[in-house]
Amino acid sequence: MAVPQLAAPPAVSPGGVRRKRRSYRAWQFVGPFMIVFALVFLAPIAYSIYLSLYRNRLIGGNAFVGLDNYRQALEDSQFWSAVGRVGLFLVVQVPIMLFLALLVALALDSGRLYGKSFFRVTIFLPYAVPAVVAALMWGFIYGSQFGLVGNLNDSLGWSLPDPLKPSLILASIGNIVTWEFIGYNMLIFYSALQVVPKSLYESAAIDGAGQFRIIRSIKLPAIRGALVIATIFSIIGSFQLFNEPAILRNLAPNAITTYFTPNFYAYSLTFSGQQFNYSAAVAVVMAVITMIVAYVVQLRGTKELG
Amino acid sequence: MSRFLKVAAVASAAVLALAACGGGDDDSSSAGSSGGATVTDAQVQAALEKGGTLTVWAWEPTLKDVVTKFQEKYPNVKVDLVNAGTGDKQYTALQNAIAAGKGVPDVGQIEYYALPQFAIGKALTNLGTYGAESLKADFNPGPWNSVNSGGGVYGLPMDSGPMALYYNKEVFDKYKIEVPKTWTEYLDAARKLHKADPKAYITNDTGDAGFTTSMIWQAGGKPYQVDGTNVTINFNDPGSQEFVKVWQTLISEKLLAPISSWSDQWFQGIGNGSIASLATGAWMPANFVSSAPGGSGKWRAAELPQWTAGSNASAENGGSSLAIMDKGANKELAYGFLKYANDGDGVQIRVDGGAFPATSKTLADPEWLGTEFKYFGGQKANEIFAKSAQNVVTGWSYLPFQVYANSVFNDTVGKAYVSDTTLTDGLKAWQDQSTKYGNEQGFTVK
Repeated sequence: MAVPQLAAPPAVSPGGVRRKRRSYRAWQFVGPFMIVFALVFLAPIAYSIYLSLYRNRLIGGNAFVGLDNYRQALEDSQFWSAVGRVGLFLVVQVPIMLFLALLVALALDSGRLYGKSFFRVTIFLPYAVPAVVAALMWGFIYGSQFGLVGNLNDSLGWSLPDPLKPSLILASIGNIVTWEFIGYNMLIFYSALQVVPKSLYESAAIDGAGQFRIIRSIKLPAIRGALVIATIFSIIGSFQLFNEPAILRNLAPNAITTYFTPNFYAYSLTFSGQQFNYSAAVAVVMAVITMIVAYVVQLRGTKELG
Repeated sequence: MSRFLKVAAVASAAVLALAACGGGDDDSSSAGSSGGATVTDAQVQAALEKGGTLTVWAWEPTLKDVVTKFQEKYPNVKVDLVNAGTGDKQYTALQNAIAAGKGVPDVGQIEYYALPQFAIGKALTNLGTYGAESLKADFNPGPWNSVNSGGGVYGLPMDSGPMALYYNKEVFDKYKIEVPKTWTEYLDAARKLHKADPKAYITNDTGDAGFTTSMIWQAGGKPYQVDGTNVTINFNDPGSQEFVKVWQTLISEKLLAPISSWSDQWFQGIGNGSIASLATGAWMPANFVSSAPGGSGKWRAAELPQWTAGSNASAENGGSSLAIMDKGANKELAYGFLKYANDGDGVQIRVDGGAFPATSKTLADPEWLGTEFKYFGGQKANEIFAKSAQNVVTGWSYLPFQVYANSVFNDTVGKAYVSDTTLTDGLKAWQDQSTKYGNEQGFTVK
């Protein structure tokens, strides 16, 4: 409707006024969001980048150092060991978690499960437990002196290894995260499955397809979008791993270093070393890495979809 | 969640900053104190009479009563006592406020180990200009040394933590273990106990920077030498090696309970006898009573075991001071409060509240010395603590960036507790990382 007016720039006064009013109205609607968006998203990012270009020292004060902090981050073996650790976490824990979540979602969707809503709620329940509380609770379970592990060893004569020792701590954290997020991912898959028309299953059954064939040829392709989304969420979640190591560190201070995960490293740099400039650089580098990995996964996921 | 934590931290700091702004005093008379001029007691007294508002950041619980009584005595003064977090959390808020130049309190509680870091950052007022030097005799040598840094006095000692050995007498008696007089005897006791009961350990340790440095302190080690911005770190000195020898054996023979201090497991262990002794500061009894009631009546205090038989060396573990912020507004008034709380009437109020004093007068007070501790079966434990306070080895200093160094202790020395890394290698790694940080921060560290 607006095309003729827009295509007539010489009509100064009426067109100008109308255009002004229109853009003003739009801003009225978008404005509140944009203000909050700028304040809560753009400003902190810009401030982080600004901080990352300076270096504030105990002796000598604040100075502009350009990209020095980034150079330091790229050569920082502690930072890269943290990235490697969450990378390992990502390739091991995320597939296990998503596979289990998918299994549960398919089981619930199959309609053959007795007490479906009970299972759905129970499996989802851990997600409703705040992450900090969950980590504390698992800390008690993992305790090899007075915790559940210790009690089992005592009363049953077992010799379970200490889940909080350095060689097992990452697996133990993976276990907590899996427990926490199976329900959440299950819900994503389950709701995606609900959208698939039931008639497809019926016709497949008439064509003689078994349950596994239906899963492979109908259900899985139908929820591929959801799979990609869940994977991306999990990648971001893995790279941002913080709560579990931060809480368990009280119990296993020697197994969880201050550079255990990139986020925890950034946190330690800021709050114990006052190196907030360097910490900002580490955070920015980590954000870029996360974006790249998530983008690659998304590209791949959508390409196969097409 | 991590982001939430950070936002929450920033938000709470902002709230505190605002609160501090509200409490900040714009009394113009205080402007004169910012120069290097000496401030007399009369001027301080005048400021107290005239009144104003003071903002104090501290987490020490007994200060609350001190503030109440202080305001009764000086009705024109209003003190805002803010708990901005304990230890590191408060330092973070404080450092943020200092960096922003806004919302800095007038007075802050700062632990001894962290004091040099704030002093060197020019965040604190040198109390020398207020005549604080003359108060030297009022305090125990340990805490007094701790507030002296680079030729200035940067705080008044509030409490102290002369070390003692706490032990579970019931467990010791049961296995016929003598209270160890030396650390070598302590090692033997550890072996004997753990052999008799594999569930019991002489003590717990998973690597604690404050404990390790205090032990090296007692052994006469001086790994940190600080001269302005020139710093030397060396854990190869005889004192540190003395500690390493005994402690490495305890670790290698798995004689230390792998339980972190302050965890629930720790308090359980103290209560049920599986942790049989603790070498820590004199502030510990209150924690025994509140968090490990199961051990009541079973525990006793004793003098710290010695590195050399027959000597009586001791060290400090913990303790904090009150310091006046350089960017604070009303410094005369702040100094008046410091004197009241840490040197004057406030001391008795805090001691009555269960704090361990840093003043020599209290330590010689017969009534205080005669206090019987129910938790220790009626033992007059203060006598032991007072003796320990007088025998603190002099000449110890912390790094001007000890807060950071302690934060990476478990990354480095901690490895010795959970892997084949030796304590010596761990300390070397700690030294290297501290050195690296110090140099990055503009110090000259060797």
